[in-house]
Amino acid sequence: MRDTPLSNCERDFLLKAIEEKKRLDGRQTYDYRSIKISFGTDYGCCFVDLGKTRIMAQVSCELITPKENRPNEGIMFFNIELSPMASPAFEMGRQSELLVKLNRQLERCLRNSKCIDTESLCVVSGEKVWQIRVDVHLLNHDGNLMDAASIAAIAALCHFRRPDVGIQGEEVTVYSTEERDPIPLSIYHMPICVSFSFFQQGTYLLVDPCEREERVMDGLLMIAMNKHREICSIQSSGGIMLLKDQVLRCSKIASVKVSEITELINKALENDKKARKTGGKFGFAESLPQERITALKTDVSPVEMSDVKEKANEIVQRAEVPPQTVPSPVLTAPGTGQVGEGLENSWGLEEEEEEEEEETMELEEGHKEKGRGDMVVISDSDSEEEDVVILNQVTTKEKASSSNQQGAVASKQKQKKKRRK
Amino acid sequence: MQACFKDKVGDVLLPGDVFSFQMPESITDSKPEKVVCGPGLRRNGDEVLVCKSGILRHKQPNLYWIDSQQRRYVPGKGESVIGIITAKSGDIFKVDVGGSEQASLSYLAFEGATKRNRPNVQVGDLVYSQFIIANKDMEPELVCIDSCGRANGMGVFGAGGLLFKVSLGLVRRLLAPQSEIAKDLEKMFPFEIVVGMNGRVWVKSKTIQQTLIVANLLESCENMTAQQRQTLFRRVADGSI
Repeated sequence: MRDTPLSNCERDFLLKAIEEKKRLDGRQTYDYRSIKISFGTDYGCCFVDLGKTRIMAQVSCELITPKENRPNEGIMFFNIELSPMASPAFEMGRQSELLVKLNRQLERCLRNSKCIDTESLCVVSGEKVWQIRVDVHLLNHDGNLMDAASIAAIAALCHFRRPDVGIQGEEVTVYSTEERDPIPLSIYHMPICVSFSFFQQGTYLLVDPCEREERVMDGLLMIAMNKHREICSIQSSGGIMLLKDQVLRCSKIASVKVSEITELINKALENDKKARKTGGKFGFAESLPQERITALKTDVSPVEMSDVKEKANEIVQRAEVPPQTVPSPVLTAPGTGQVGEGLENSWGLEEEEEEEEEETMELEEGHKEKGRGDMVVISDSDSEEEDVVILNQVTTKEKASSSNQQGAVASKQKQKKKRRK
Repeated sequence: MQACFKDKVGDVLLPGDVFSFQMPESITDSKPEKVVCGPGLRRNGDEVLVCKSGILRHKQPNLYWIDSQQRRYVPGKGESVIGIITAKSGDIFKVDVGGSEQASLSYLAFEGATKRNRPNVQVGDLVYSQFIIANKDMEPELVCIDSCGRANGMGVFGAGGLLFKVSLGLVRRLLAPQSEIAKDLEKMFPFEIVVGMNGRVWVKSKTIQQTLIVANLLESCENMTAQQRQTLFRRVADGSI
């Protein structure tokens, strides 16, 4: 499906707003949108929200034979998927220009910068090495895909654990996660992409362009950098002429942004680690609300009914004789309460008292302890209102006091007792 | 039968939910009940299926529909929309209205347009127009005049202003007579607004700042209660944001 075209009025408005140093969502020139990093239940699954842009990265590994010219190096593989879910302009299974550009940039950013120790991925030199595959899926497109993809990919790689391998002579054993704790990848540094968009032939510069800003921009500069201020890759597209000062200024801004984002990723990783250690809900499970059934109808599920009777008889015959239950020896006298299956219901004499039953019982228990003649009842239960109710003063006090519930119960209690007497 | 629906009015329903009814075995003295299914509900034999996610609404006496927050527009006859001209070909314009297919707009369908006197419309311009043909199987067709040949508010937009997209639910709320959101917005400062049924809103105010404020307020209105909205608007009017 074709994308929604950009109208002339939007274009004019955006350019005019940028001239006035204003952005659509009220950000400043150098501001990023809010970044949210969350991890899935599996190792190596990471979700990144950059404003409304949403990206998922999943890392997986596989044992393969290495390339002939590099027999003791593991292989990194990056794959970006532009699904139509992200934007109606994306088509499934077509190598669009944007896709190639993003894929290439991600490879340059993460593989060519040698941020991952590929030699540690070697199992048997020349025979078996780990291939680490990073799948990046776009879930929503609202501009600046490259930055979000690079954050998601590196965070997922940091989060990933590969299974442990043991070598005994010729034999290679891959241990499952239950047998041995999986091992994290060894990551030297974390390169992160920062995008700068230029307007009016480079007069105006914006960090983290949103989708509509990307459409009206003249040129784009992507700088991949780590927190040690080492530039891992730099790419300019759109065909604009940039001055040396501009590039230097951009790299300065990038270094600030990268250190902020790196800190954010580290914090997210730490939080996830803590949550996993305590065994609480983490990742996806955390975002799932309590289960609630919204279906209006359930299908009838078939149950095997043919030889139920015989089976039941068989079970009954085989089962031991249940211990003989003696009916409760407690004599039910007025003023005692019993709760339980098969027992005589002795409390809640009137149906209309159902609401206050519980409290009445508490009072009655308290009452039992004190003896029948004693009129002072202290409800020593764990009820919220711990009041001392003096029964013989009820008639006078109650009228004066507010009609709180305890009082009402007390008065009922009194009535009941009168009846019993 | 209606009790089954009434039970769920105001609840969230999801596509695939089924309302099934116990049909009385013998149709004797009781008259058969009738229920009108609005958007999001579909009859399938003895059952009614839910085919949109949203809240079940009810209107007396027997009208039920699903109030969804969808963003994809499906053209409907007689609805007024904001379109973007994407191409000029011969004597028709191709217009993007956000639907699955582009609509066509004849150059004669403008006020005062004749074969000699063509309207001045460029590619990329915005038009406010109405559907006269909107079928599942045919290309939808737009016009910018009413049945008397008057513009009646429709036509090409002037320069300036900002176009943005909101959900169809919010648009319906904005266009409802005595809409509270529109009333609250009016109190802030003067601005022009055009609301299309296809979820597009165009706003123009005196300055760019004010236009941006209105646009952002409208976008944030989507998931707010009346009280939250009013406090936000008051804070903006006081100039604290």
